[in-house]
Amino acid sequence: MERKVYQELGLKDDEYKRILSILKREPTPTELAMFSVEWSEHCGYPRSRKWLKLFPQTGKYQSLVGEDAGGFVYDDTAIIFKMESHNHPSQVEPKQGAATGVGGILRDIFTTGARPIALFDSLRFGKIDNPFNKYIFNGVIDGIQFYGNCVGVPTVGGEIYFDDSYSGNCLVNVMCIGVCPKDEIARARAVGVGNPIIYAGSKTGRDGIGGCSILASSEFEAGEIEKRPTVQVGDPFTEKCLIEATLESLKTGVVLGIKDMGAAGLTCSSAEMAAAGDVGIEIDLDKIPVREEGMEPWEIMMSESQERMLLCVEKGKEERILKIFRKWGLDAVVAGKVLKEKKAVIKCKGTVIADAPTEGLAQAPIYDMAFKKSKVKSQKSKVLSGKNHNKTLINLLSDPNIASKKSVYEQYDHMVQINTAVYPGGDAAVLRIKGKDWGIAATTDCNGRYCYLDPYTGAQIAIAEACRNLVVTGADPAAVTDCLNFGNPEKPDRFYQFKSCVEGIVDACKYFELPVVSGNVSFYNESPKGAIYPTPTIGMVGILKDIDHRCSVPFKEEGDIIVLLGHNKEEEGELPELDLDMEKRVQAACLEAIQIGIVKSAHDLSEGGLSVALAECAILSGKGASVNLSDKINNASLLFGETQSRIILTIAPDSIFSLSDVAMLYEIPCNIIGKVGGKSLVISKGKKKLVNQPVTKLAETYFSAIPNLLKKA
Amino acid sequence: MKFGVIVFPGSNCDHDCHDVVKHVLKQPVEYIWHQETTLDHLDCLILPGGFSYGDYLRCGAIARFSPIMENVKKFADRGGLVIGICNGFQVLTEAGLLPGALKRNNNLHFICKHVTIRVENDQTPFTNQLVNKQALNVPIAHGEGNYTCDKATLSELKRNKQIVFTYQGENPNGSIDSIAGICNKKRNVLGMMPHPERASESLLGSEDGLLIFKSIINAKN
Repeated sequence: MERKVYQELGLKDDEYKRILSILKREPTPTELAMFSVEWSEHCGYPRSRKWLKLFPQTGKYQSLVGEDAGGFVYDDTAIIFKMESHNHPSQVEPKQGAATGVGGILRDIFTTGARPIALFDSLRFGKIDNPFNKYIFNGVIDGIQFYGNCVGVPTVGGEIYFDDSYSGNCLVNVMCIGVCPKDEIARARAVGVGNPIIYAGSKTGRDGIGGCSILASSEFEAGEIEKRPTVQVGDPFTEKCLIEATLESLKTGVVLGIKDMGAAGLTCSSAEMAAAGDVGIEIDLDKIPVREEGMEPWEIMMSESQERMLLCVEKGKEERILKIFRKWGLDAVVAGKVLKEKKAVIKCKGTVIADAPTEGLAQAPIYDMAFKKSKVKSQKSKVLSGKNHNKTLINLLSDPNIASKKSVYEQYDHMVQINTAVYPGGDAAVLRIKGKDWGIAATTDCNGRYCYLDPYTGAQIAIAEACRNLVVTGADPAAVTDCLNFGNPEKPDRFYQFKSCVEGIVDACKYFELPVVSGNVSFYNESPKGAIYPTPTIGMVGILKDIDHRCSVPFKEEGDIIVLLGHNKEEEGELPELDLDMEKRVQAACLEAIQIGIVKSAHDLSEGGLSVALAECAILSGKGASVNLSDKINNASLLFGETQSRIILTIAPDSIFSLSDVAMLYEIPCNIIGKVGGKSLVISKGKKKLVNQPVTKLAETYFSAIPNLLKKA
Repeated sequence: MKFGVIVFPGSNCDHDCHDVVKHVLKQPVEYIWHQETTLDHLDCLILPGGFSYGDYLRCGAIARFSPIMENVKKFADRGGLVIGICNGFQVLTEAGLLPGALKRNNNLHFICKHVTIRVENDQTPFTNQLVNKQALNVPIAHGEGNYTCDKATLSELKRNKQIVFTYQGENPNGSIDSIAGICNKKRNVLGMMPHPERASESLLGSEDGLLIFKSIINAKN
């Protein structure tokens, strides 16, 4: 075969040789297409798999790993979750790219039998004063609301950051959480020779062909708009029907295995279901419902048309399942069967057009990638240089990375399913689980700038902060999913960032006893201007043992005492230090204080430090505070420094002794720093007022910053 | 008091309404698939929120042709209680059970947030546990909740006291006269954009919506 043919599909010379040795002959065009998608970085993880094996798989709770989405078990309930990227599609076609990102991750969850109960979007864009970035931003938000609102799964959290490094390569990472009784988890496998394979959902079209092998597995060069046909088009109405039909089918007990058709479509789902079940699979392409006549076999096999599922059903029971899908207005046909011999056989018009061993297909090669640390440039912000602290605080609150994202999340239905107990806008979302007295909290977190400055510590901070976000709501962190966004792995400095971030996550997760239960790698996030900040987005879910003891950010009552857990310090470098031991103890103390019911509000300190955290508590409650600090460090560090392992709590005055006891038990600094009350936020050091701003002004700044920026650009 | 929650393909608040009636109000309730036609055994029908048939055309424009809708009309003619919430309200206007129409929100965006609504008519089966001018904290979540009708219809709505709820303070979507909910002349069909089922438990931040459901139960007893 000519070199050009396989190279166009993204295969390298060595990979082609490997295909020849697996098949012991030249591949057919359909086989070649199938290998190319299965072995792409997007599906087979050949460049990252070696490192991903390092992630811990066990933690405090029974973990569920090994399928597309993972999770953990609490009180006989499986909590399944996963985060996935849809970066390149969103950069090329923001609305559909983001929409299908939501659709794809939803299917990963409900294909396990879990009903999706929450969505999170972790988004990163170039600065929105640039009109093209604004277009991407608006398109992505529109795609998320279009898809998420219609399918009836609440979008309850996430993050939005703006930085030049994402200009030309935005990040759209979507996390979905689902729940089901632990005994009802479905498996993504084909079993039982002769059992029928059912295709269900939308018809197959020509959209998204090469989405994973071409779009997701190379970096952006000029002319990226031409890649638009590789982006899929989403239909949330069909997805909603597919959710209901799938869950109804799984309830029958006759579905033996099920997998969604996501990246690499029918190729990936059929070959991987067979490989997982240690069997073979036969698919007859003439049976596949198609949107248009004349589609080539390889197009049908590679299409990434959305909202499709593949099911393996008990022989003789197929009619029962077909009926359920048809009731929901969906196509459903028997399109193949389980074979004894471990191979994927694709038939078209009576002839066999592909016949490849499933193990060979599903086992992508593993590469040892070269890595090398390179020099980092200073990323210092100019905001902090001024002496006028009032002005600095206002500047920080109007910085789009800190300012309220309310104008965005109000476009998402964050209440449907009536489980949302703590709304977006705080540290983490809290959801009840119907019929239980416990609940869950979840968050996404990553500071790309920290990870650029020091990938290992930056990734550890992402884990530590995600934990802190959960703890301040009263939740015990339980498990992690990650979405690892990096530049071109073939460049040693980018691969160094990847490897070091993975090591940071591994070590921090072990320290906090957290398993990594699922995840996704997105490489090649580069535009002609260079790579993005290394961005290992962390998604984390925790358990609130008693949902009535949940905490939120706003101050609750005038006269309450404000307490700081942890201590303020002057950081020496650009990146704050992280002491995992101190972090763990601060979190343990905070969680215990919340669980014994003495904490009225709690907020984690992060971007913008102590003064921004205090301002947020004030803004969200409409209540002022007077705070007096005595730390002997410079004022800018004291007010705005991003020292880790700090939490502010408010408690009733008579709870102070109980809180001191808890703090003493965990040997952590615990200082009263002020009192809730008044109409202004006043922060003093000794007799000197460093900050004195009316809460209404802070709120106006905080809420109007992003809408104003969007109006301007 | 037996409730039925109608399920169109694309309804997504059907479970929420069902849950509130069953677990909070502890009343019998069942799902009614849009192709079913028997409603005789029910006292109150809920047309829930969501995106029936994807609402890719005009909201509710396809759902009105569902087989069930003919019987919903007959059910209402016989005096049965019908409440359409959000997409359900849109379906009721499309089906001609309520006057007017719901346009895209003024700001052209979907809006999900808590709003304050005001009771304008406490003499309906849906508001008998409320008093006029009472303020309720109930969330909205819609892209097309901007109620509109012609002048003649508006004055008729006013004359017949068919305006049941209005937005208090900010008008979130541009509705004419801040209308949040209306009923028919006979008072047995109510359509409202806000979601009372999302404000029926303290855990969710408000229990004000429960008063609407309690009114329905009271009306039949």
